[in-house]
Amino acid sequence: MRFLFSAGDPLFDEAFDFMSMMTVVVLLKVVVAFVVLLVSVMLYIWGMRKWIADMQNRVGPANAGPAGVLQTLADGIKLFFKEQSIPDSADRPIFRLAPYLSILPAFLMFCVVPIGGEVEILGRKTYLQVAELPIGAMFILACSGIAVYGVMLAGWSSGSKYPLLGAVRASAQVLSYEAAFGLGMLAVLMRAGTLSTREIVNQQQWVGMESLVRDWFLLPAFLGFAIFILAAIAETNHPPFDFVEAEQELVGGFVTEYTGIRFAIFFLAEFMNIITMSAVATTLFLGGPSGPAIWPDRFGAGGWVNGTVVPVLWFVAKVLLLTFCTVWIRASLPRLRYDQLMALGWKWLIELAVLFVLYVIVDEVAQAEGWNRAIAIPLALVGGIAAYGVLYLCMPKRGETVEEFR
Amino acid sequence: MEAVVFFVAAAGVLAGALGVVLFRHPVYAALSLVGSMLAIAVLFLQQDADLVAIVQIVVYASAITVLFLFVIMLLGVDRSEARDTGHLFQRAAAVVLGVAVLVGIVGIVGNKWVAGTPASSAPLDDPRGGNVRAVAEVLFTDYIWAFEVVSVMLVIGVVGSVVLARRSRQIAAARQREEVSV
Repeated sequence: MRFLFSAGDPLFDEAFDFMSMMTVVVLLKVVVAFVVLLVSVMLYIWGMRKWIADMQNRVGPANAGPAGVLQTLADGIKLFFKEQSIPDSADRPIFRLAPYLSILPAFLMFCVVPIGGEVEILGRKTYLQVAELPIGAMFILACSGIAVYGVMLAGWSSGSKYPLLGAVRASAQVLSYEAAFGLGMLAVLMRAGTLSTREIVNQQQWVGMESLVRDWFLLPAFLGFAIFILAAIAETNHPPFDFVEAEQELVGGFVTEYTGIRFAIFFLAEFMNIITMSAVATTLFLGGPSGPAIWPDRFGAGGWVNGTVVPVLWFVAKVLLLTFCTVWIRASLPRLRYDQLMALGWKWLIELAVLFVLYVIVDEVAQAEGWNRAIAIPLALVGGIAAYGVLYLCMPKRGETVEEFR
Repeated sequence: MEAVVFFVAAAGVLAGALGVVLFRHPVYAALSLVGSMLAIAVLFLQQDADLVAIVQIVVYASAITVLFLFVIMLLGVDRSEARDTGHLFQRAAAVVLGVAVLVGIVGIVGNKWVAGTPASSAPLDDPRGGNVRAVAEVLFTDYIWAFEVVSVMLVIGVVGSVVLARRSRQIAAARQREEVSV
C-alpha cells in the first residue's frame, strides 16, 4: 500500500492511521479541490462568454450579478429544476450512469496536479495537491483513456440514430488523439526522467529569468507542447474539433436526448476538462507553480506569502492564460472537416511526435554521455528522415494498388 | 487495512467476472469487464505494483474494452442474441481450455499454499525511481530479447490489420467498378 500512503507527500511521513487527522486532511483536500474546480468552471464559462462576446462586438451575459458573473449559476439552477425525459428506446441504467462517467475522469486528472508548494493544514504538513503519485503522468493518461466511456455510453444508450453516430465519431476521435497526446507528454517525461508530477514541477523551479528557457519544459520540449495542446483540445472535443456536437450534421451529437441536469453535467464535464487539461499542460510545460517571488520583503511576512500564496497565484495565472487561448481558438477558427481531423491526427501529429521524442532521446543521451550535440543531433535527424523516406517509398501511391489485388 | 482493501477489491473482481459471464447483453458484459479490470488494478496497488496497476487501467480498462464497445456499437447489438450460435467444436474446445486453466490456477495456488509464501515477496523497487525504473532496467537488460520480439510481433499485427482492411475495401471497389463496366 506504499503507493497510497507513503509516496512523497510529507503527510504520510508517519505511518498512516485511519482514525487520525490524516484522514481529515485528505478528505478536506478532496472536497476543497472539487469545490474549487466547480467554481472555476462556473467562472470559466462566464469568462468564455464574455471574451467571445468582446471578440464579436457584443455585450454577452450582463444581467445576473455584476457583469453577468452569476449567469452560469442561474443556468445551472434552471437546468436543475427542469423536467428530465428519457426516451422509450433508451437503455435506462446506462443512460443515467453516463453523465457521471464523463465528469469523473476530469476531476480525477486534476488530483495529481501540484497547485503549490508545501503547506500546513490542521497541524500536518502536506503538499498543495490532492494526491502525489509516483506515476502521476501515467495516471493522467489513464484518466484521459477512461474519459471515452461517458460520451460513448451516452450516445449508445440514448437509443436513437444521431446520438449513436455522434458517439461513434467522438470515440474514434478521442482514441485517435490519445496516441498523439501520450507522445506529446512523453517528450517532457524523457526530459524529466520521472513520472511524478511533483518531481516534474520541482525540476522546473524558478532560479531567474533563464529558467524560462532552460528549466521550464516549454522550449526543451517545444514540439511536444504544441502537439500536447492540439491533442488535448481534440480529446476534450473542444472547437475547432467539436465534432461531437456538430449541430448541422448530427443535431447535437451524443447529448441530443439528454435534458435537464444530466445535460448540464455533460457540459460541466466538458469545461472542467478544459481547465484540467490547462492545469496539466501548466504542470508539464510551464513549470506549474514556479515563478519569481513578487512580494517585497519590506511588507513583512515575505517568506510566507512568497512561499505559499505566490506559487498558487502563478499557477492560476498560467492556467488562466491557457484557458484564454482555448477561448481565443474557439472564437476564431471554424470547425474542421472530419477527414481533416483524422488526417491531422494520424498523418501529422503522431509522426511528428514520434520524431520529436526520438530527437529528445538523442539529445538527452548526448548530454549524459558527453557527446558533441552539434554533431549527434543532425546525424540523428538525418537518420530519422532517411528511415521515414524508406517507409514513404514503400507506401503505395494513390491509385496504384487497386490493380494489384484484382 | 491491507486485508480490507484486498477483500473489497477481490469481491469487485469476482462480481465483474460473473457479470461478464452472466449478462445477456454484450454492452453490460463489457462494462462488467471494465469493473473487473479496475478492481484488478486496485489489487496490484495493494501489492505495491503501481506501474502494473496503471498499465492495467490504460491498456485493459480503457483501450481494449473501449475497442470491444466500439465494435459492439458499430455492428449494432441485437438485444436477444441467439444462444445456440456456437459450434459444437467451439463448445468442446471451451470446456477443455477452461478445465486446463482451472488446473493451472489450482496447481499454482496449491503449490504456494503447500510451500509457503515465495521467498522474494518484496516489491520490485529501485531507490532512485521506484517501481518504474526497476521494471525498466529489468526489461531493457535481462528481458531485452523477449521485449524486442514482442514489439516486432505487435508491429506485424498492426501492419497485417491495415493490409487486410485496405485490401477488402479495394476488392470491393474493384468489384463495383466491374459491375459498372458490365
